[in-house]
Amino acid sequence: MLPIFAALVAASTAVLIFAGGLVTSTGSGLSVPDWPNTYGWFMWTFPLSKMVGGIFYEHLHRLVASTVGCLIVVLAIWLWRAEPRPWVRRLGYLALAAVITQGILGGITVLWYLPDAISIAHASLAQIVFCLTTTIALVTSPGWKRGYIDSRPPAPGSRRDGTLEAIAIITTIAIYVQIVLGATMRHTGAGLAIPDFPLSFGHVIPTHWDPKIAIHFAHRAGAMAVALLIAATSGHVLYHHHRRRELVRPAVLLLVLVALQITLGALTVLSQKQFIINSLHVVNGALVLVTSLVLTLRAHYSRFAGSASSPIAGSASLGTYTPRNPAHVPRGASA
Amino acid sequence: MRRPFHLLVCTVLCATSAALAACGGGNQTQQTATPTQSATPPSPGAAAPAAPVDAATAATITGKVTFAGTPPPAQPVKLSSDPYCQKANPDLKTETEVVGSDGSVGNVFVYVKDGLGNRTFPTPSEPVVLDQKGCHYTPHVLGIQIGQPLQIVNSDDTLHNVHGLAKTNKEFNQGQPIQGMKMTHTFSTKEVMIPFKCDVHGWMNAWIGVLDHPYYAVTSTDGTFSLKGLPPGTYTIEAWHEKLGTQTQTVTVGEKETKDLAFSFKA
Repeated sequence: MLPIFAALVAASTAVLIFAGGLVTSTGSGLSVPDWPNTYGWFMWTFPLSKMVGGIFYEHLHRLVASTVGCLIVVLAIWLWRAEPRPWVRRLGYLALAAVITQGILGGITVLWYLPDAISIAHASLAQIVFCLTTTIALVTSPGWKRGYIDSRPPAPGSRRDGTLEAIAIITTIAIYVQIVLGATMRHTGAGLAIPDFPLSFGHVIPTHWDPKIAIHFAHRAGAMAVALLIAATSGHVLYHHHRRRELVRPAVLLLVLVALQITLGALTVLSQKQFIINSLHVVNGALVLVTSLVLTLRAHYSRFAGSASSPIAGSASLGTYTPRNPAHVPRGASA
Repeated sequence: MRRPFHLLVCTVLCATSAALAACGGGNQTQQTATPTQSATPPSPGAAAPAAPVDAATAATITGKVTFAGTPPPAQPVKLSSDPYCQKANPDLKTETEVVGSDGSVGNVFVYVKDGLGNRTFPTPSEPVVLDQKGCHYTPHVLGIQIGQPLQIVNSDDTLHNVHGLAKTNKEFNQGQPIQGMKMTHTFSTKEVMIPFKCDVHGWMNAWIGVLDHPYYAVTSTDGTFSLKGLPPGTYTIEAWHEKLGTQTQTVTVGEKETKDLAFSFKA
């Protein structure tokens, strides 16, 4: 049940990011001026009939956020009670602390009239929360606990690929930086600072500059860099590890998602920031990030398996793991 | 195994308490600002005895604001996000450019920008009313003096938030969820113009000019304005429009004199 619940929490976090994207895309961030109440009502008692105009998006975001917060509380308690691996339990605590901080940042940004720095921090921490819930879902999944033995190559040592480990980390960090840049562009009102696409004011490089144009152009340049990194990472996986399904799947998904993301980015500009497209661009960016994170964690699997607190050892101590091939049990595993 | 969790819970609770206290600090700031939202006495400078303008010698500046060219037609506002608004004001149109058939421009804020020197003027006690009715602000452009109460009313049977995006004055954002609610706000500093918006209904906006004197007017749909009771002197008059921009003219008026100005904006 825990893996299913963890996956549900991760999915709900994606929904929350989409709901947050709708708030900024519709300019509804201050349509509910108070916090944590909504126009004086306790959040959960605010009448549905009054969810009109911008209130619909802002209040919906608060309701979804509260739900996700509660789910993460349950997840943290569940991990604390049932998860034998200390580092996984710590991930649960960290996710709980992050989501509480996230809620407070969301409240502060409303009470302080959306200062750029707080709003950008709120958007950036949302990605961290999503990364944490996705990581928990991943490392509690049956595939991770089994050590992906279904697609494991014969020699245990052949699972290590330093190049892949390095480039996957670089790609994931680059995606996160790109998302923070996007959040900066979004919250400083630079989303249409360059109104055309794919050119910039009719040129490859803008002919004139101001801070908003610079932020916008940096996001476009960042998209190119991220796309190249993803192509390199996924290409490496497809060329060198085409039999490892746990790597091939996220690698292929990454290629699809980044293509979709660039398309959504272009459509956001060309549609003058149509709010649904804009919000899909936000949530798809988060999906690109966590997909890259999953690929990175799986690429580094042997490091986790080789640690003293091996996931496989943990699974074994739970009595849920039966190695199919003892030769593949990593160092430190009790089986 | 459980100790870390307990520590985390304590840490989180402490952090939450601290953060809520900080938020309470925000509320205190708002409460501190409350006097400015109720009837704050005018600042000492504004309350100082004003040198009265001699009505017998007072001058008048009148004029008209026109638009050269073909004005863009007002666009219908999409009200579907709030059924009440859709029902209450189905024919609502944009108020950005109100141009009459003869090219006269409404909603232009015309005021004495310079020339009054160190004169001070009494602060009116009667409030200026900004009404939210039919899901739009009435009036769309208005002027007010420092310290003069601005009464903001919600005449609609729907929720509005009143968001004043002041730069030199204090920004504020207050909800008016119930029909008939009123709030009073005063401004402490001169500021032309302060945009007002309702974040619930993205199309709702208004503009308020805050001045330290009473010589301002907003053009009606016939584009005319009148600044009465001016002491004789030389003044810089500015005409401000939310989309067309600003224009200034310098004019000298003698005792009992009336001068006529013409402002012409282009697209």
